[in-house]
Amino acid sequence: MTFDIDRELQLVFGGILGLLVVASLFSAWLGTRLKSDSARATLANARQRINAWWVMSAVFGFALVAGPKGSLLLFFLLSLLALREFITLTPTLRADHGTLFWSFFVIAPLQYLLIGIGWYGLYSIFIPVYAFLFVPIRSALMGETERFLERIAKIQWGLMVAVYCVSYAPALLMIDLENYSGQNAKLLLFLIVVVQLSDVFQYLWGKSFGKHKIAPGVSPNKTWEGFVGGVATATLLGTGLYWLTPFDPRQAAIMSFICCLLGFAGGLTMSAIKRDRGVKDFGNLIEGHGGILDRIDSLCFSAPVLFHLTRFFFSAPT
Amino acid sequence: MSHPAGPMLAFLVRLLCGASSRWAGSRPEARQRIYCANHTSHLDAVTIWAALPPDLRETTRPVAAADYWRKGLRRFLAEKIFRAILIERGSDGDAAERRLRAEQAVETTATAMGEDSLILFPEGTRGPGEELLPLKSGIYHLCRRKPGIELVPVYLHNLSRVLPKGEFAPVPLLASVTFGPPLFLLENEERDAFLTRLRQAIQDLKKI
Repeated sequence: MTFDIDRELQLVFGGILGLLVVASLFSAWLGTRLKSDSARATLANARQRINAWWVMSAVFGFALVAGPKGSLLLFFLLSLLALREFITLTPTLRADHGTLFWSFFVIAPLQYLLIGIGWYGLYSIFIPVYAFLFVPIRSALMGETERFLERIAKIQWGLMVAVYCVSYAPALLMIDLENYSGQNAKLLLFLIVVVQLSDVFQYLWGKSFGKHKIAPGVSPNKTWEGFVGGVATATLLGTGLYWLTPFDPRQAAIMSFICCLLGFAGGLTMSAIKRDRGVKDFGNLIEGHGGILDRIDSLCFSAPVLFHLTRFFFSAPT
Repeated sequence: MSHPAGPMLAFLVRLLCGASSRWAGSRPEARQRIYCANHTSHLDAVTIWAALPPDLRETTRPVAAADYWRKGLRRFLAEKIFRAILIERGSDGDAAERRLRAEQAVETTATAMGEDSLILFPEGTRGPGEELLPLKSGIYHLCRRKPGIELVPVYLHNLSRVLPKGEFAPVPLLASVTFGPPLFLLENEERDAFLTRLRQAIQDLKKI
């Protein structure tokens, strides 16, 4: 399967580029005007996000130009980086070394290989069934029983969230949709733009009007105001992007809404895990590295559901 | 002179295990010092080496076991890239032989280092990764031989998970290297007191 960079794709990329330029210029202008320390700290945080989006847009743009293989490779690398962040924060024992080796160098590559050859019947169950069974067997063979269930559950979780869930994003490129052949890249772009916009607008709404915290014990930054404003804004924008997708405007609205909700849920769940492990960001433990999982947590939760809904309701008749 | 493959290797190591450096109490300075680190993995020496700024790498040399580093590719790495100082070790022979070998190791190191800095693992061998093993006395004798030399305690986090003792293949987890505040052998300091103090200084960095 191949796809070309059509007019619509160019439009969206032009739009993203324009937004980033405006955001960068605006933050530079704000930097000359803000005086208070707290405002400066907020601005520094916003700048980091803007810079991260520059990088992400460049990388995604490159992957889309490179075609499905490029996208698969990109998400494979993202999976490895996310898995390493997850496992780094997860205390495993020496007895798990072999299991970890298999996870990084056999299970993760196989999952992406299966997607690459489009073997839906296997890639949709490979990790939930076969890796799920393999991980405890491999660790049990080492004979170390200390915290056994905890250790294997964490490895299984890492594989599910960092490899299996992430791999559904490039898997969107592999489904055969009605009247949409060769255009799947736009669906992937739709997903990424909607969940990222949802993150941004939740942040902006929360910063501007946030008062009532949703789960203060998990994430002090998530407020009802931010949630409602962010999800509503991103859903509206997602609806406006229906021409990118195989959906009509009403369907695009529903899909955007679901992606936003799941993106929010992903962020919240990953926050709970980070709290449990006693860190603020997955990248925080080691300075200058990581933070991939912080950026893609919303994608992890929304990609599988968008994939299955789209495949179920919009597949080309066989 | 540094080998052209050096930066490439440092890049690969940082890609594999992060190897980000945290300077907590000391600065990366071009002065003669001995980096004393916990030892849990074959990757330890190269990780510290890669975590140093490139200009310091050229004047910093690991002290390594001759029996392990004198074979094949390792030999090339040890000789050409790290310019390692290889010393004999082993537990065979009687007490007098062992002492002679230890004295020779200290003498070889002190002579070979010249004006260079060292990366050294005072435990003498790789430990399990949780607690440091008791330190060997070699570092004490080396400090006596090089009066006033600065010791920088170094703690390697997570490398015992990247490549534990007894494993062949590494797993790409994130490791980091913490450099602690320098310390010195005090005048008239007892050997055991000094070794305990140094060991504690390394161990304390684990929590930073």
